[in-house]
Amino acid sequence: MAPILELRGITKRFPGVLANDHINLTLEKGEIHALLGENGAGKTTLMNILYGLYNQDEGEILVNGQKAEINEPTDAIRAGIGMVHQHFMLIPVFTVTENVMLGEEFTKSGGFLDRAKAANRVREISEKYKLNVDPNAYVGDLPVGTQQRVEIIKLLFRDADVLIMDEPTAVLTPQEVEELFKIMRFLVDQGKSIIFITHKLGEVLECSDRITVIRGGKVIGTTLPKDASTKKLAAMMVGRDVELQIKKKKAQTGDVVLDVQDLEVLNPQNQIAVDGVSFQVKAGEVLGVAGVQGNGQTELVRALTGLLKPVDGKISILGQETTNATPRQITELGSAHIPEDRQKDGLVLSFPVADNLVLNTYYQPPFAQGLIAQHDKVIENSLNLVEKFDIRTPSVTTTVSALSGGNQQKVIVAREFSRPIKLLIASQPTRGLDVGSIEYIHKRLIEKRDEGTAIVLVSTELDEVIQLSDRIAVMYRGKIIDTIDGSLANKEILGLLMAGIHPDEDTYARAKSKKEQIVLT
Amino acid sequence: MEKENKPQKKPNSFEIFLEEIQHSSWIVTFLAIMTGIILGGLLAAITSLEMYAAFKVSFWDGIKTGLQVAWSTYSALFTGSVGDFGKIKIALAGGDALEIRRAFFPFFESLVQSTPYIFGGLAVAVGFRAGLFNIGVEGQIFIGALTGTWAGYAITGLPAIIHVPLALLCGFLGGALWGFIPGLLKAKTGASEVINTIMMNYIAFRFSEYMLRGPMKDPTEYTPKTPVIADTAKLYHFFQDPIRFHLGFFIALAVAAFIYWLLFKTTWGFELRTVGANSNAARYAGMSNIMVTILAMALSGGLAGLAGANEVLGVNFRLVPAFSSGYGFDSIALALLGKNHPVGVVLSALLFGFLRSGARQMQLKAGIPIDIISILQALILAFIAAPAIIRTIYRLKESKIKEEEFTLSGWGG
Repeated sequence: MAPILELRGITKRFPGVLANDHINLTLEKGEIHALLGENGAGKTTLMNILYGLYNQDEGEILVNGQKAEINEPTDAIRAGIGMVHQHFMLIPVFTVTENVMLGEEFTKSGGFLDRAKAANRVREISEKYKLNVDPNAYVGDLPVGTQQRVEIIKLLFRDADVLIMDEPTAVLTPQEVEELFKIMRFLVDQGKSIIFITHKLGEVLECSDRITVIRGGKVIGTTLPKDASTKKLAAMMVGRDVELQIKKKKAQTGDVVLDVQDLEVLNPQNQIAVDGVSFQVKAGEVLGVAGVQGNGQTELVRALTGLLKPVDGKISILGQETTNATPRQITELGSAHIPEDRQKDGLVLSFPVADNLVLNTYYQPPFAQGLIAQHDKVIENSLNLVEKFDIRTPSVTTTVSALSGGNQQKVIVAREFSRPIKLLIASQPTRGLDVGSIEYIHKRLIEKRDEGTAIVLVSTELDEVIQLSDRIAVMYRGKIIDTIDGSLANKEILGLLMAGIHPDEDTYARAKSKKEQIVLT
Repeated sequence: MEKENKPQKKPNSFEIFLEEIQHSSWIVTFLAIMTGIILGGLLAAITSLEMYAAFKVSFWDGIKTGLQVAWSTYSALFTGSVGDFGKIKIALAGGDALEIRRAFFPFFESLVQSTPYIFGGLAVAVGFRAGLFNIGVEGQIFIGALTGTWAGYAITGLPAIIHVPLALLCGFLGGALWGFIPGLLKAKTGASEVINTIMMNYIAFRFSEYMLRGPMKDPTEYTPKTPVIADTAKLYHFFQDPIRFHLGFFIALAVAAFIYWLLFKTTWGFELRTVGANSNAARYAGMSNIMVTILAMALSGGLAGLAGANEVLGVNFRLVPAFSSGYGFDSIALALLGKNHPVGVVLSALLFGFLRSGARQMQLKAGIPIDIISILQALILAFIAAPAIIRTIYRLKESKIKEEEFTLSGWGG
């Protein structure tokens, strides 16, 4: 039987760039085929060709063995191909049914919408594929994971047989990811086929039937999960061996650098977001702050860095109270901040790399003499940092907006690490980055720790927190529910704490004994 | 292609507009001007009765007459704004000083017209760079003219070397105050500077009317006018009548150079541009958005005030009601045309000055209504705001933004 979908020799050129270079890919009926590659490897371009958003320069697309002309998304939908975009295309103030029927409305005589009929169809689909979505709920009220299922229903409503899922796990919590994998498995059991685009290695091994790795617009190879390992896949993706497990020595801690007492912070809606949090971080250690997104981590970081005034409690850095200090006063004490949202807070996208590298030191010598900016010193500094931190940019006068996410993040890291710092507050430092960049940033963080910097690492990526932290504080509904030793932490314990449940003694004991076993062997 | 974990904040339409304006290439700007001029000629032709009359004779007569109308429009515009080369030649050959001055009058008059545009355009550009939309330039021009005029006639007995700068400073301070108020409101309460500068315009118009009819009225005059300023407050005129070309033009150029230096060579300019480009990042970097907003609005207002003072001290020598007919509003357009860059502002101020000055001659000589120039300006602006149109007409490549998504630079994509 012919595969449900076959791509032959797909080539796409953009000015100066060969985005897809004779790519071949087959999708069998009833399989989950993972498309793995770093950001910019050409995955998304390929899928946009398949979905009719671009036209290929060469090559052909076969659906069920028949050559298909896909020039626009409607052609793709007619051929039974649907796409769940990474950024959902939903209207929050519409109900699930209204969103699903949009563009393909059922009507009663006289042109009136037949919502009831559509809602029934949505309910049928939801039940058949165990998606558990209420057709009458407003999309804006639904959690992200459920919104994603609405997107899936949209495709099933249009009788799609091939589902392209573009980085579907990027927006989900670990629990939601588990659930999504179950749904994907169930969908293929029901005869659907899925192309699963990702750059996360663990997920690929967990849920795909076949894996194709793309690098630099070319297919590097196709493999089965049983023949692959994360290490092997990472090497295929990046083109060299990658250290996934970072090596670190035991922390040599010094004096207390950051001292937080009974901190209370409100969110912009004036609700308590950080609720009586106390902790200390010593020189030379990494305190990981784990938790599901939205449990007060953002507000905690903003309060620590002076961007948000606490309503109660006390923050001290190196013995100096900074509870109501301005961001500049805090920075001048030797504190650095890698912000959660690099494009919103950390960079001025329309400014050149050189200017972004002095964004918080521009007023100090040697970058300024009094009021006068020393442009040549700024350029000199940027040339040094671009080389030292391996920032890939055409020149230091290129605007940061033209850089890839990984390189944008390196601009921030270079800026914050290039001054003498005692405290580093890193919020989601590797969000959205690929394996190579993550490896790089992790190494730099541990280097800073070993130099004696106190580090607060806020991350929703459990692997990251477990790997890097010496101690882990888990935040749940604004409180630190528990702080555990980094060496004892595992996904099970953190997962429970993140859900607000204290693990029982047995779980801890098991973690401890496992740890000892490892030490013994 | 970079993947963010959450949807990016959607910029509002005004931000998109500003982004387009600042990042559209100069070639688009140039082609927009050319296209505007071509369409303006077409418009002049199809609004002329002669062309329709000629079409009744024959189709080709109609086309020919249309072209002639367009040609005469622009040649009148050119001689009105730059001068008539034939006349210049004759005048130079004749050697009569007055005739020579008359022949060169259009060119210098255009420069005189451009001067307040330079100040006004800089005022708007400084605001835009700080992320502020100062629509109150017109009002600030009035206030600056009031304070400048007052310093010009009320203070006497000073030498010109002190009196002129003092009067200009008073004009600057008057406008600065008018910009400072909405700046303060914006910084402290978040009140939209767009709304408040518009409101400040109305206050400025009525306030200056009151001053002209009351405290500042020249008692010897019947109509509302201020007294004539002292000779020591007048900006130096380089030539005798009728040429009104004065020192203000060079002051404007110097101020433009100063603003360039301030914006791009000082730490304060860096702060201003950072706040304008990304206020969140500015806060993160420890800059004071409040101070920058207040000072930028005050500076913007002050530059507008200079436009007003310059007109009084250099051209009119006294203030009359409604003396600035829309300089402030044209300034918004020309700042956008100049991409909020001091050099761009000077160039587009010259363009606007020459168009305005030439249009008056064009109306007198060719009978083409002056409004054609307003339409021409509007067309140019519309094309710049919608670069897609220009790119389509001239088959220019899409701007870089799209291509960047596909860079394949290996490490980190």
